[in-house]
Order: sequence, then C-alpha cells, then structure tokens
Amino acid sequence: MSILVDEKSRVLIQGITGREGMTRAQLMKDYGTNIVAGVTPGRAGQDVYGIPVYDSVEEAWEKQGPIDISVIFIPAALVKNAALEAMAAGVKLLVIVPDRIPIYDVLEIAYTAKAKGARFVGPNTLGLLSPGKAVLGMIGGRAQRAREWFKPGAIGVTSRSGGMTSAISYYLTQAGLGQSTIIHVGGDAIVGLSHPEVMELFEQDDQTKMVAMFGEIGTTQEERVADLIEAHKFTKPLIAFVGGKAAKSGTRFSHAGAIVEGTRGSYETKVKRLREVGAHVVDSIFDIPKKAKELLK
Amino acid sequence: MARLYEYQSKKLLKEGGVRVPEGSVAFSPQEARVVAEKIAKPVVLKIQVWLTGRAGLGGIQFADTPQEVEEKARHMLGMKVKNYVVDRILVEEKLKITSEYFAGLVMDDSRKCPLLIFSSVGGTGVEEIARQHPEKISRFAVDVSAGLREFEARNLVRKAGLSGNVMLQLAELLAKLYKVARVHDARSAEINPLVLTADNLIYAADCHLVIDDYAVFRHPELGIEVAREFDRPPTELEKIAYKVEEKDYRGTFYFFQMTERIPEGEKYIGFHGAGGGGSMMSMDAVLDKGFRLANYCDTSGNPPASKVYRAAKVILSQPGIRGYFASGSGVASQEQYHSARGMVKAFREENLSIPAVIRLGGNFEEEAIRILGAYLKDLPARVEGYGRDDSPEFCAAKLETLIAENKNALHTVKPIVEAEIPNNAYFFDTLTGRLSIDHARCPACKTKGCVGACAPKILKLESEKPVLAISRDDAKKGKCTECLACEIFCTYHEQKAIYIELPIPGLKEYREKILKG
Repeated sequence: MSILVDEKSRVLIQGITGREGMTRAQLMKDYGTNIVAGVTPGRAGQDVYGIPVYDSVEEAWEKQGPIDISVIFIPAALVKNAALEAMAAGVKLLVIVPDRIPIYDVLEIAYTAKAKGARFVGPNTLGLLSPGKAVLGMIGGRAQRAREWFKPGAIGVTSRSGGMTSAISYYLTQAGLGQSTIIHVGGDAIVGLSHPEVMELFEQDDQTKMVAMFGEIGTTQEERVADLIEAHKFTKPLIAFVGGKAAKSGTRFSHAGAIVEGTRGSYETKVKRLREVGAHVVDSIFDIPKKAKELLK
Repeated sequence: MARLYEYQSKKLLKEGGVRVPEGSVAFSPQEARVVAEKIAKPVVLKIQVWLTGRAGLGGIQFADTPQEVEEKARHMLGMKVKNYVVDRILVEEKLKITSEYFAGLVMDDSRKCPLLIFSSVGGTGVEEIARQHPEKISRFAVDVSAGLREFEARNLVRKAGLSGNVMLQLAELLAKLYKVARVHDARSAEINPLVLTADNLIYAADCHLVIDDYAVFRHPELGIEVAREFDRPPTELEKIAYKVEEKDYRGTFYFFQMTERIPEGEKYIGFHGAGGGGSMMSMDAVLDKGFRLANYCDTSGNPPASKVYRAAKVILSQPGIRGYFASGSGVASQEQYHSARGMVKAFREENLSIPAVIRLGGNFEEEAIRILGAYLKDLPARVEGYGRDDSPEFCAAKLETLIAENKNALHTVKPIVEAEIPNNAYFFDTLTGRLSIDHARCPACKTKGCVGACAPKILKLESEKPVLAISRDDAKKGKCTECLACEIFCTYHEQKAIYIELPIPGLKEYREKILKG
C-alpha cells in the first residue's frame, strides 16, 4: 500500500489548460496517474494529452463518474473558489499546488473541508508521489526522472520543503532504500495535511516501516509529531531533520503568538521535543540514508 | 509579513468603530506642534517603528504644551533605534488609564482557524503574566465562515474574569477587532494595552496589525510598498527587486539584503538559492567556510529564465562581493536549464570577474551544466556548474578555492548600458520585456538555430528570417516564455541579431548612485 494515492485513484486536474496545468498533466499521465478529466471553465470539449476537459467539476463527475482527487493549478486569487467547487461536487482530497494563497482563503477551505469530511494537501506544495503508482502535482518534473529518482519501498517521506522532498527521497534511492509515499506538506503557515496528520496515515500503512521527516522552524507541526509519538499514536521509527538552525532563534512577531505557542516553533524546542520522545534527529540530510540503513538492520 | 505602523493600524480600527485616542502622525516637529494644538490637551509622543519596548528606548514621551511637543519631537525624529532611523511620530491625547487589558488575534496552525486571545491584564510583559496567571487569559477559536459573534466575545471576556459594563464594552470591541482584521486580511492583530479610562471608556491605546503578504493585492488602499517580512524598512535594492516580483507571477523571487555596505576586508559573497529548504542547507555550507552573505535570494517555483536573470542582475548590484554561490535542494523538479540561461545572460552582460559556483541539481541538470560551461567559458572569472550528486559542502569548498585563485578580487558594479537596437529591427513584446531581431544580420546566418532553440516553438522562418509564428498578442500574454534560448544561441553561435530587453525599473539609477559612491 501507500498513502493518499495509488494507481487506481481517479484524478481530476483543475486548471488543466494553463501553463503549469498542461505541463504537469503530462508528467502525471506519463507516470501512470489515473487522470480521468480536467476542468477549465469555458473550455469544455477540448482535450489535453487525451484528457477530456469540462467546464466544471460537477460536469466532469457527471460525464466521467466519481472523482477521488483534484489537483489544482490555477492563479492564487482564484484557488479558494476552485477548492470549494471541488468539495461541493464531492471530491474528498485536494492537492493545492499554487503558492501565495491568502491565509483567510486557506482557512475557509479548511473550514469547508472539515464540514464535508474532505482533506487537502498544500497550499504551496510540490505534491506527493507513491513510487511506481502515481504522482499528484509536480514532483520529479518529468515522468522519466520521477521513475529514476524514486523507487518503491518501505520509507515514508514527509517534508515542509518541496526541493527537500525530492532530495531526501533521491538520496534514499541512491542508498538502495525505496519509499512508500513521499509528500510535500506545503510551505505555508497553515496547510491542510500537516506533518502530524501525515504521520497518522503512515502509521496505518502496512508498506511504511519508517518515516523520514524534513521539518523547519515556525509552526507547531514538529512538536505535534512529538506529542503523537508520546501518546503512542505513531510507533514506527522516525528520522527527522529540522532546518533553520542558523536563523535567529526566538524571533517572535507578537505577544499573542508567544501566549499561544510558548516556546514552540523554535529550532531548539523542536529538536529537544523530538529527541525526548525517541525520534532520531540528524544534523544533515545526507545522514538520513545512513541512519535508515542502521535502523533497518 | 506586511506590518502596519501603529498610526495606520489605529486608523483602520477607528474606521471599524473602535475608540482610539485623538491624534495624528507627524513627520516634522512643526507638524507635531500643529497636531498638539488641535488636540489642545496634554499629549503623548510615540516613535513609529516596528519594535516593542519603545518606552525603554526613549521612544515614548509626554508633553503638556505645543511648545514642549515641538521640542521633544525635534529630539525624537532622527533618533536611531536598532535598525531604524525614526522618521515619523504619533502625537495623540494622553489618556487617564485606570486598567489595562490585552487582545490579540493569531493564526492557529494546528486548529487551522483564527484564534482570539483576551487577557484581563495587559501592558508590557503580558506573555509572562499569561504564564503565571493562566486564569486571566481566555482564548477562542473563531469560526471563519461566521466571524466572531457577540455572545462568543462576551464569553471570552467573562472567562478572563470580567463582568458588567466593562465586559460588554470589551466584547463589542473584540467583535469589531475581528471584523477589522478580517476585512483587511490581517494575519495578526494586537491591542496592547487595551485600556479603561477614568471616564469608564475602552480605548485601543496601542495597536499592531500585520497584513497577510499574499492578500496585499486586495488592499491597494493600504499603500504597502514591499509585502515581505522585514524588521526594518526595505532597502532601495530590495524595493527594486520587489517590483520585479510584483509584476511577474511566474515562480517566486525573494531578495533580502544582510548588509547594504560590505565592510572592507570581510569575505562576503552573493547568495542565490532555489527553494527554502535547499537554500537554508546551502547557506549553512558557505557560512561554514567562513564566508558571510551579502544577501539572501531565492528563485523557485519554476520561474522563467527572465526572472532568474533579473535576480542575478540584482545580486550583482552589490559591490564588494567576492563570489557568487547558487544552490538549491539539489534535486529540483523544474527544468534547470531555465535558471542556467538566466544566469548566462546576466553574467555575460556583467562580464563577470568574480568566480561563481552554480549547483543546479535536478531535472535536465546535464543540459543546464552544459549551458553554463559552453556560454561562460570566455568570461574573466570561472563559472562552474554542479549537479545533484555534488553536496552543498563540496560546492562551497569549490567556491572557496576559486575565490582564493581569483586573489580575493572584489566585484565592481558596472553601469547598465542599453543595447543599441536599430530603428528598423523586427520586434515583439513579451510578458515583461521586448524581443528584437535585427533582420539585416540574418542573411549571414547559416544555421537559423534560433527557431530550433525556441522552447515554446513560437518562432518561424519567413523569407529566411525569424518571425513570430503566433499573434503578437499571444506572445505578450506569455506564450513567449522568455526562455532566452534564441538570444543565447544567436549571440554565441551566430550574428548577434537577437536581443531581449528585460527592464528592471530603478536598477540603472541605483547603480549610478553606487558608482558615484
């Protein structure tokens, strides 16, 4: 198994006729993702690499049957409506690739997702990929590269940096270690599926024996992962790297932030908390494959 | 994050129905006096900076007469505090405060909603009070679809231990505060202190709003110059860089200066990252070699070559750097030859004389490295390209060696000279520039390689001369992706007939100023 997506997942692309949408449609299709339709309002009847285009998500659903996942490639200012449209039509997983989406728009998407039992990855995400099965978003850039760089295996990868999602996975592959699913949770302060939520999915997944996590300063994601481990809700080995050591620690933008988060969010707190609960925190991402091999023995 | 000054924040609160002290901003002692005369009461003068603890810095002073206001304003304007030179002060009526409270709004990343916090004690050190007296603090996760309802606000204040008329007034204020934050896309909003005066009225005595960078486009009325996270006003070069970003939504270009003036004898380099995670790792690698960074720059999210070109031109507007280090995650999904071409055009125009190490690992890195090698080998300085199997540490060590071999020579900024384009040249506009072809040179061209080099395939031959194969309108709307491949091919292999003008408003004047010293 893998998490969130496999070769059977029925996928829609919103914004399929745009610059990014078109390029990434080709990547996803070539890699083997089961793309059933695309949507660009006003472009119904066209096709992109043989993928039929519809005017709305609802229409795509009517003509092509149920849709599991929508991958969104449209300008930031329009993303909220596109996400709400997909959820209204019944789509339960969104991958929101664009960045610079206003934070209140993200909060409204999150609110609706909760109400409808839907989930979303991103915004500001490179997407996710289950090696040998499917890719959502733009990880790998081209199908051929994605096949070379990522191989099926037992390690789940979750990262707050897009480039490091690929880099960690590639270096694992080079060391002969495959991946179950690799996911870029997104670079923004508020994201749909954050590290702890992804950990819970990896916990349930039989294929995943271990997880590598790229954390960063800011937000409470890594601390909440530590909380999960402490509560025995994540029990597999975790190798973690936290970026941002060189950044000024303890930078605070508001009193309110300090009241809510206390010292959470800093490099020191994240590393300390993760170590306390038994996670393997490494100082360089190049140590991740080494550590993984050691743990697999 | 785009921060607003206190006086701007108060203006928005006032418009939203929140009571604030009477007052106005002043940019000169005379203006301060006029404001004080109008208020005709004892006043407080507050420097307008993005710092907390202003009182301890001498940034908050009281005055009873307009005369006194003018004198104190004269001292305060021009004051240097941390990264700031004070250029504006707020003059407002002095309140007779009987109690202080605190109200704040933040984004809660675990619950994915706005979180409103109220404290029945406020003022300086409110975090500490919160830790010692948790019962005085209450918090509420706001339903973003409905906003903050008044009964929710009343419960919030009640739970912090207040009741009666004060509770009602505060609840009303909190509901208004949330509305103001929401309407203006504030990702944080804070009133501290929130005060009760001797005449039993609630005032926002100080206030800070931070507008969401990504929503600034919805609020031209706020006049935010650079929607970036700064703890000081942006530098001139940062403003120039931001203008590039503002008009071009393809990919991200972020530019931040660590220093505006490189001290003599210090080993500074220009840094050009790609993606946050990889940039951080790469910065660590050069810092470990004892270098310092003149700037932080990030071009990522699949930017066109033109954007990378502009980023390189901005980085190379910093005199005194000894090297150029570009490095990202190492395994980028985007086609790396776009970045390579952007750098080729910039480095050639600059006739680069300091070494550059470019780590372009990722998709088509072989092509990217080949482009750097082929088109930059005749520059005065060495430019070396590396890929995904070369670590940042290895690349940083390479840069160190090259800088030593270059005898630590310093980068000098050159004036920007516009290319001479014949009046009768064929041209078309691109999304952010203009491409011109001097057709008079084309008959000597044997390969017509520009047409084949064009990535989006929008050029064709007409009477053996390259012209647009699509409409001018389509080219301008972005069908010409500004990949720069035609220009580079023509410049290096053929007749130097193609030139793509990619203006960077303000850079020419900036460099002239630097050259004058």
